[in-house]
Amino acid sequence: MSDNAVDPEAVEHVADLARVDLDDEEVERFTEQFGEILAAFEALDEVPETDREADLTNVMRPDEVREGLTQEEALRNAPDSEEGQFKGPKVS
Amino acid sequence: MEHNGYIATETIEGADDGPLAGRTVAVKDNISTEGVGTTCGSKMLEDYVPPYDATVVERLKGAGATIPGKTNMDEFGMGTTTETSAFGPVENPVAEGRVPGGSSGGSAAVVAAGDADLALGSDTGGSIRCPAAFCGVVGIKPTYGLVSRYGLVAYANSLEQIGPIAPTVEEAAELLEVIAGPDERDATTRDATDNGGSYDYAAAADGDVDGLSIGVPTELLDGADGEVVETFWDALDELESKGASYHEVDLPSVEHAVEAYYVIAMGEASSNLARFDGVRYGRSGGRDGNWNESFANARERGFGEEVKRRVLLGTYALSAGYHDKYYKKAQDARAWVKQDFDAALSDADVLASPTMPVPPMERGESLDDPLTMYLADANTTPVNLANLPAISVPAGETSDGLPVGLQLVGSAFDEQTIIRAGSALA
Repeated sequence: MSDNAVDPEAVEHVADLARVDLDDEEVERFTEQFGEILAAFEALDEVPETDREADLTNVMRPDEVREGLTQEEALRNAPDSEEGQFKGPKVS
Repeated sequence: MEHNGYIATETIEGADDGPLAGRTVAVKDNISTEGVGTTCGSKMLEDYVPPYDATVVERLKGAGATIPGKTNMDEFGMGTTTETSAFGPVENPVAEGRVPGGSSGGSAAVVAAGDADLALGSDTGGSIRCPAAFCGVVGIKPTYGLVSRYGLVAYANSLEQIGPIAPTVEEAAELLEVIAGPDERDATTRDATDNGGSYDYAAAADGDVDGLSIGVPTELLDGADGEVVETFWDALDELESKGASYHEVDLPSVEHAVEAYYVIAMGEASSNLARFDGVRYGRSGGRDGNWNESFANARERGFGEEVKRRVLLGTYALSAGYHDKYYKKAQDARAWVKQDFDAALSDADVLASPTMPVPPMERGESLDDPLTMYLADANTTPVNLANLPAISVPAGETSDGLPVGLQLVGSAFDEQTIIRAGSALA
């Protein structure tokens, strides 16, 4: 794909990477909108390289055992569970 | 209640006494409330009930506040109009037929309508200040790190802060006093007193602007609606009559801020929203097919269009071959914006601009045109990129009676100065 155009295959490819199914109408609409939005993002090409302040510090504390959620609380919002564990689809 | 400002109206009672005793504080529905549904305005979380309170909710309860309900919002905070909620759009209570702004539109609407005394919102690129401006109330976006985000359902962690919405600056400052301060459960929080600030916000709302120096970034007036600009200058004249002075400042970097904001926010959103797989919580994608198929199905059914748009654009901007072109450049722009603001604030106490370049839009106007909606955030997004505090206060009205907000930006952890300056107007 060129820098300024987005085709439906590109939208479908990104949707697949992001694990979001799209219907045909969404693919069509997003193809048009993404072209326009990404073209606007091209303005970032004019941004000069800028030194970034590297004042990052690690924020650490000793590990300590404390109360957390109970198993029941942790599972309360799961659509499906079995024997105290989350139940999901097949992995492959 | 008729403006659809609340998603739920379950009442949560706080302690018997405290600084907020006898007052109601509505809470945006992306802030976790133990035992009370928290949907983020999304079908994905329609049935989700958090097993714990956000730190800010614990602090509200400890201060004696009553939470009258959870407020409507753009889905996962993604929007500028509060029309992308899965639970229907919110109407602006002070401008019928218009949007209340977003994404904390429900919080601003319930305060403007008198259905709550105060409210909490969250601001990732202007989501507190925009609806405050559109609904004629006060909103504060605190310095990044001042307020704990523990229990806030994340959209773009490096940009967002929880903050107050209130009818007056003094009341907003009182609410900020309750929620501000470090939290061991959010390692990005910082203590204002270690950074040249203090927590006496309400006392700062004394309206004294004598000697205050105001910088006006001309870039943020270019392209704004004529009546908005006129109302803005009238408000500055009022501050001047009370002893403040203003001068124009140049912030060349802000021309690129809105694009940088969206690239960064969408990138973080694509990563944050990966947690919604429909297994541990959220709408299930069923168990047909493999994990990926089920996951993609849950997200197709659970996410609305704006959320899908941002997750996909974020995935695109971070994908191989495009990272340097979009994300790296956006981080350069972010550093540039920060330097520009620091330089302008070395020579002014606050920076002033219209909060929004336009008056509240008519409902339905912006939904088909996402780019136009994104560009409306031109004046608010630079502040989040620079991690600075900002307030929106009512500046007046257009000739049609539509509210116009004035934004004041301050130095990091200097909430007092923007509160003092804002309190001269509201």
